[in-house]
Amino acid sequence: MTKNVAHDGFEPVGSPAGHAERARASQPVAYYRFKPWNIGRVLIWTLFAVGLIVAPLIFRSSLALTMLSQIGYLVIICLSYNILLGQGGMLSFGHAVYTGMGAFIAVHAMNLATKGAVPLPLVTIPLVGGLAGAGFAILLGYVTTKKSGTTFAMITLGIGELVAAMSLMFPGFFGGEGGVTTNRVYGTPFLGLTFGPQIQVYYLIAAYCFVSTALMFAFTGTPLGRMLNAVRDNPERVEFIGYDTQWVRYLAFIIAGFFAGIGGALASINFEIVNSSDSLSTIRSGGYLLFTFLGGATFFFGPMIGAVLLVLASVLLSELTKAWLLYLGLVFLFMVMFAPGGIASLIMMNLRVARFGKFHRLWGLYGALVLTGAVMVVGAAALVEMIYHMQLNAALGPKLNFMGVELDTSSVASWAGAAALLVVGVALVEAVRRRFVAVWGHAQEEIELEVKRRETA
Amino acid sequence: MTHALELRALRKNFGKTEIIRGVDLAVEAGERVAIIGPNGAGKSTLFNLISGRLEPTSGEVLLHGQRIDGRRPYEINRLGLSRSFQITNIFPKLSVFENLRCGVLWSLGYRYSFLRFLSNLDDANERTEELLRQVHLEKKRDVLAMNLTYAEQRALEIGVTIAGGASVILLDEPTAGMSKTETAHFIALIKQVTVGKTLLTVEHDMGVVFGLADKIAVVVYGEVIAFDTPAAVRANARVQEAYLGSSVADAQAGGH
Repeated sequence: MTKNVAHDGFEPVGSPAGHAERARASQPVAYYRFKPWNIGRVLIWTLFAVGLIVAPLIFRSSLALTMLSQIGYLVIICLSYNILLGQGGMLSFGHAVYTGMGAFIAVHAMNLATKGAVPLPLVTIPLVGGLAGAGFAILLGYVTTKKSGTTFAMITLGIGELVAAMSLMFPGFFGGEGGVTTNRVYGTPFLGLTFGPQIQVYYLIAAYCFVSTALMFAFTGTPLGRMLNAVRDNPERVEFIGYDTQWVRYLAFIIAGFFAGIGGALASINFEIVNSSDSLSTIRSGGYLLFTFLGGATFFFGPMIGAVLLVLASVLLSELTKAWLLYLGLVFLFMVMFAPGGIASLIMMNLRVARFGKFHRLWGLYGALVLTGAVMVVGAAALVEMIYHMQLNAALGPKLNFMGVELDTSSVASWAGAAALLVVGVALVEAVRRRFVAVWGHAQEEIELEVKRRETA
Repeated sequence: MTHALELRALRKNFGKTEIIRGVDLAVEAGERVAIIGPNGAGKSTLFNLISGRLEPTSGEVLLHGQRIDGRRPYEINRLGLSRSFQITNIFPKLSVFENLRCGVLWSLGYRYSFLRFLSNLDDANERTEELLRQVHLEKKRDVLAMNLTYAEQRALEIGVTIAGGASVILLDEPTAGMSKTETAHFIALIKQVTVGKTLLTVEHDMGVVFGLADKIAVVVYGEVIAFDTPAAVRANARVQEAYLGSSVADAQAGGH
């Protein structure tokens, strides 16, 4: 950094000596550094900050505020998980260990601070959680990161189960079945903020969310961040260019643990309770994996989409229907099969098409896909809801309300209607899909040609 | 005096099978050595033993007079020995530039740093640009390695291998699977980028071997039966009997 401070951002790279050397190699100085301000990047980060600030002003209900708070810390957690999954190729089934331990240490720190035993204001509690997460990653990560691939996944699963089981053996620390409660309002207010009202907690979370996201993005541009990608791609080769792959994985694991701990601490501040059977469970770890994947592990921002989806699914979808986990499972299944890069990759693929000016062909097809898809989904959902109704609410009679329509599980008409919708929907979707695949493939071919042409030009 | 690379009574057994049966070899700094021998003679195993991919059963490997047998590949690499692979071994989801820069980082002392940005590492970026030109991949700078043609991937493989500035370079069949014209270009490239370095290469193509090497080591059944200048090796009766006169060599000659 210091090297460039004196310059205005526009300078030939290299010393005069380097100049002469390159001239001798009959290659002119081929590149200039000109990036004092990356406008696009500045714009995106500004938008992100503004979005965090104004979101609670737009969505004003208390439910919305709760959801926004959850999204805030889940963004941190999913991004930290993606340091392992997307950037390091480490499929962890035990990320909840680090979020959960961060949360427990945070709760105990808050309780100690309330008693006056430690001088920690609430705004520093997420850092305490982060250090706890990093600390446990240092402790457990050395064994975990010894191997990659399947072995790594198995070890994380084992350690996850181990910690979850152990938490019930130490009720003094983990609070047993009931968990540990705390009160986030303690000590002297920070800049007049008591963090009693949810809105103040939201802004605390938002601030940590922004800074953590920025730091994790910065990490992707550092030597360790790049070597982590190299270890993901080809660990064997990394050993032959001077790097110890385990050390790369271990350091990344600790960094991921740190941010996971921050996220966990923010969650505990938000809820004022941590429960080991929930916070440390493998199900929780699986949730992080699932939604990071859904959002898209191959792009930095993918897990942020995943965090939003996680909250929407667990708060809204679960209110709408008892079968939400089934729907979620189906979505995950289709995603793995048809778009393994997650939603982020779908967005980026379409942006690429748009950048080459070929998106106009797809509008109609997307519209058709949405419409026919809706028919299919409504048909399928009607069947699912009727089956669930028969299993769970049979005592309430055969009638149920589905999207404003009354269905009757005892009538053939309801079943036949739903099945017909599903069959017609599937047929229509398939027809549109074939057309879409053809048009999409054609557009991609044209883009490839265009790219080749530019390369040779 | 110390040799750039020295093998002393090197042995490797897989179970009861002896693959390398007591190899002694001393390579001087700056020499280009081709290792030839029939399929299954142990050439690649020899490379794996030297580069730390495998641990020898007994014997010593010395790099600039320092024992390196039993060390991990990354330790050996840091001491100045780098190798390429017979099957292309690069980072498929990173761009050509990133591939090369990964190879550069350790040698410039950036280690596991996560407190500075790659884009500000002027020396690493300059060195990478220079490597790009050396292996003639400037135009593919930002292309993902997996989208390169085979010949380009082989060139990148060489680029990653030499990126760290190692003084001893091991190339395992660098021209495997290339057409004749590609091979010719490639040999010229290898000669260019390894000027002043100690080079060991496993090679099947006899034309390449005699064009590239100062010395030839003939490995047969896990032993070096000859180690001499190309002319002397060609005249060596044992070599003719064991290798050049065999059906394998005939097939090789016919194949190219």
